Amino acid sequence: MEKNIIIKTKNFNFYYGDVKALTDVNIKIEKNSVTGIIGPSGCGKSTFLRSLNLMNNLILSARYEGQIIIDGEDILHKDIDVVALRRRVGMVFQKSNPFPKTVFENVAYGLKINGITNRDFIDQKIEESLKGAALWEEVKDRLNVSAFDLSGGQQQRLCIARALAVEPEILLMDEPASALDPTATLKIEELIQELKKKYTIIIVTHNMQQAARVSDYTAFFMMGKLVEYNKTNIMFTNPENKITEDYITGRFG
Amino acid sequence: MTNRRNNITEKIGFGILTLCLIVVVLIIVVIFTNIIINGHSAISWDFITKAPTDGMTKGGIMPAIIGTFFVTVITAIFSIPLGMGCAIYLNEYATQNMFTRLIRISIRNLAGVPSIVYGLFGVMLFVEFMHLGTCILASGLTLSLMTLPMMITASEEALKNIPMSFREGSLALGATKWQAIRTNVLPYAIPGMLTGTILGLSRAAGETAPILFTGVAFYLPYLPKGLFDQFMALPYHLYIMATQHHDITLVRPLAYGTAMVLIVLVFMMNLGAIILRYRLRKNRKE
Repeated sequence: MEKNIIIKTKNFNFYYGDVKALTDVNIKIEKNSVTGIIGPSGCGKSTFLRSLNLMNNLILSARYEGQIIIDGEDILHKDIDVVALRRRVGMVFQKSNPFPKTVFENVAYGLKINGITNRDFIDQKIEESLKGAALWEEVKDRLNVSAFDLSGGQQQRLCIARALAVEPEILLMDEPASALDPTATLKIEELIQELKKKYTIIIVTHNMQQAARVSDYTAFFMMGKLVEYNKTNIMFTNPENKITEDYITGRFG
Repeated sequence: MTNRRNNITEKIGFGILTLCLIVVVLIIVVIFTNIIINGHSAISWDFITKAPTDGMTKGGIMPAIIGTFFVTVITAIFSIPLGMGCAIYLNEYATQNMFTRLIRISIRNLAGVPSIVYGLFGVMLFVEFMHLGTCILASGLTLSLMTLPMMITASEEALKNIPMSFREGSLALGATKWQAIRTNVLPYAIPGMLTGTILGLSRAAGETAPILFTGVAFYLPYLPKGLFDQFMALPYHLYIMATQHHDITLVRPLAYGTAMVLIVLVFMMNLGAIILRYRLRKNRKE
């Protein structure tokens, strides 16, 4: 398993000013797997996710120590190229955030900022990405309508397509279905199963059933600590930790 | 019982607010009617296309219109890039600490500094220290200084209104900070920034004090031919006609006519801002 590890953290600590948000997180994430991150509100799961593409660097009081190694490279090293990292580690946000542009422009955005101007290549890439996000059939005839004219579920899949267009290796998803209805949620979950063939997916979710359904591995965070991390089927049937069991069975959270 | 009382409070509150609105609208209506009634007889094609004659008791105000137009253009050239650049830096790049807070407070306070103070500062800096002399350039620069605080504050507000998710969304796709700002923040902030900017400019067009010592002239037989010439301007012309002329009652209609032209000019600039904003907003797909 060791050589299939794409992300490895070593004693990762994270602070917002004086508040410690994550304590000594050690985790190894396997390539082409889906890892679900669960835990009560404020446990640090989103902070952890946003550390993996250095999105937390936008917060001024943020401080961290330890190591996060992605593809053998410590991304916390000061010489890291943040822009290149974010191209490799894509992100889908909790609240779908399409840009106020057309469907086409949204997906093309990542390509254009990378300096790609070849129209044929962009067209092809957009079809590919929209197909990858299971949205192509629904929007192929209206690529030039505003992204805001799509339904909520379509908007979120558009955001996934937008992330796929820049060909990341890793896809971070921060509660991608929390604002969607059950049908749209199901579509996203099916999509995740499809996507893991090509990408490594880490998904934060509030929804325990969702973690159980979609993820191969599950990490349970609590008060900034990684309490338990195991294969999902083991974690949900036979958790090692009493506190994990309490959380999974809904005794708190 | 309480329900009834709430209803009465509601009605009184609503009544007071409506009254405020009526008073404000009324004041504006009175000012406009006064100017139109007293000034419309002076307005003619000659009035806006001819220079003043006979000791400014006859003729038109064309040189003042031209002067105001060009001094406003100079103001725009200097203040728009500087103001927008400063707002972008403050809102997007600067770290939020004591120092930037101090800068921000200072800028807001500068917006409240009386315009005569800017006029005096302009004399000192541009006319004297930089040896520009009294000229249209010195006046334009002084007006730029005066409008900058307003432009920066308005532009920063416009940038603040752009959701954080637009920036995060592009950064997460591997955009550099400037790419994110240029492609996903500015296009949507520009309409708001322009509105503040043009409002600032229209205020500059109507100011007298900053140009008083720096370049405006009471009467010139020629039009300004370059940046270092003096010029005539509508607000100053109005000031002269209303207070300094040797026969104030005789030229009163001309003064009202000048006021009317100035108001129409400022009104047109504001209308331009609204149209521009509307057209730019349409580009944003919602």
